[in-house]
Amino acid sequence: MTELTREDTEALIQEVLEVYPEKAKKDRAKHLAINDQEVEQSKKCITSNRKSLPGVMTIRGCAYAGSKGVVWGPIKDMIHISHGPVGCGQYSRAGRRNYYIGVTGVNAFVTMNFTSDFQEKDIVFGGDKKLDKIIDEIETLFPMNKGVSIQSECPIGLIGDDIEAVAKKKTKEHDKPVVPVRCEGFRGVSQSLGHHIANDSIRDWVLDKRDNDDSFASTPYDVSIIGDYNIGGDAWSSRTLLEEMGLRVVAQWSGDGTLSEMELTPKVKLNLLHCYRSMNYISRHMEEKYGIPWVEYNFFGPTKIAESLRKIASHFDDKIKEGAERVIERYKAEYEAVIAKYRPRLEGKRVMLYVGGLRPRHVIGAYEDLGMEVVGTGYEFGHNDDYDRTIKEMGNATLIYDDVTGYEFEEFVKKVKPDLIGSGIKEKYIFQKMGVPFRQMHSWDYSGPYHGYDGFAIFARDMDMTLNNPCWKNIQVPWKKAATEEAEQLAVGA
Amino acid sequence: MPNVMIRRNDDGKLSFYVAKKDLEASVVSVETDTRESWGGEIQLDDGSRYYIDPVSPPPAFPTTLRFKRV
Ligand code: SF4
Repeated sequence: MTELTREDTEALIQEVLEVYPEKAKKDRAKHLAINDQEVEQSKKCITSNRKSLPGVMTIRGCAYAGSKGVVWGPIKDMIHISHGPVGCGQYSRAGRRNYYIGVTGVNAFVTMNFTSDFQEKDIVFGGDKKLDKIIDEIETLFPMNKGVSIQSECPIGLIGDDIEAVAKKKTKEHDKPVVPVRCEGFRGVSQSLGHHIANDSIRDWVLDKRDNDDSFASTPYDVSIIGDYNIGGDAWSSRTLLEEMGLRVVAQWSGDGTLSEMELTPKVKLNLLHCYRSMNYISRHMEEKYGIPWVEYNFFGPTKIAESLRKIASHFDDKIKEGAERVIERYKAEYEAVIAKYRPRLEGKRVMLYVGGLRPRHVIGAYEDLGMEVVGTGYEFGHNDDYDRTIKEMGNATLIYDDVTGYEFEEFVKKVKPDLIGSGIKEKYIFQKMGVPFRQMHSWDYSGPYHGYDGFAIFARDMDMTLNNPCWKNIQVPWKKAATEEAEQLAVGA
Repeated sequence: MPNVMIRRNDDGKLSFYVAKKDLEASVVSVETDTRESWGGEIQLDDGSRYYIDPVSPPPAFPTTLRFKRV
């Protein structure tokens, strides 16, 4: 299908909305928009961060997922207890592919599942005693843990357990931080509030631990990577670039990160914020309390990487600025070769995205480097400020959808006919069965890293591999194929 | 009476951020912005207005302050 005009897109949205009952239609209409680069503030055209409509298929997660799964989970030397029934932790275990270095079960625990496995009696009589016991057991079985976080699941808030009291008591007993996190799944409208709650708990229970301790020898070039979860090794391929340009990365939040790194973060000179949505809160807090400025950056695709490296360098002296140029120069041949190889195979292909909190806008540049065009994008749990930042990245008259429902997404795809879709695992098989090439863009479809120059090469290869896979030609069964061909011939003949 | 975090953006403008309300806007005008004090009625680029009793001496940004909606 050729370019959609503004009117076509408008008509498409109306058509899709048609099936809803009046009230639902009114609600959903606010979440679907046509991009207009003239608009300064997204809230004029799109509503976000609202409760999903009952009865539709939403793709969102819960606050517990935002805290345990995203922010706390990757901190490798702490044990994160999924406090409540067993399912929440078990079904999300290790799904996010946060890579880390360490010996699992000895000094690193990311892919393990710790749960208090609530039974009926814990709901009736409360689970604080059990929690107390679990923390003791953890101490005996895994003495090399550096701390424990208690990730509340729904029942904890409902039955009114006092996990803070247990945490305080256990912190004293074991002389290790025990952090209670009130991230019950029912809080807020999506995982987004879970991020915020997790940020706040880090602020209250972790961040100020070394405030009066100057034993850490800092340098003028100390930075921390915030909001990079090291999915498939993303933080590593980012870190190498920063170190090459002369910076010292003190902390990684939170992919392959540790508790002590987090405690040291207030000593850095600049916070580098990749995922704005999930960690802007803590960055803002550090700016206010410790005077550490933060910059948003984007390490997807050479254009954005170069832009970001220069932006980061602008906060430092000439040595770092030269370093940034050196890094860009050094990888030039490499990424130009990648573009030369894949661009001819991908040029002009159209992509639709629907991901979480940063990729709907961050990966656009990487696709553009490969000559591809993003024709529709949307966030599961973005807020107004995310859409503010998206409008400028997207072309005019492209589709923007917030908290898109399963039905809407399918209809959009049927009409817009993109060559590639990037979204999550729940969407993957639906679209593949519809015959549309698909990449799972949350955990890189078992691939990655995609950040940095090294990541870009993998990104380009993966997109090519998916899009130009011969299987898409064979998606239709032969007898139906014959029928369509006949119909086409008839149509031509008529 | 929302708690508002005010910081200076890269472009030099003040940004007005209310986490609870999911509001991030630029400050267009401040009623009193002198050496001695800062505050009064504040206009945002989305048209809404907030009020704070002038703070003196002017606060160092970033900072969190309590505003009233006008
Ligand atoms: S909504 Fe509640 S029960 Fe469901 S996964 Fe989240 S914490 Fe668990």
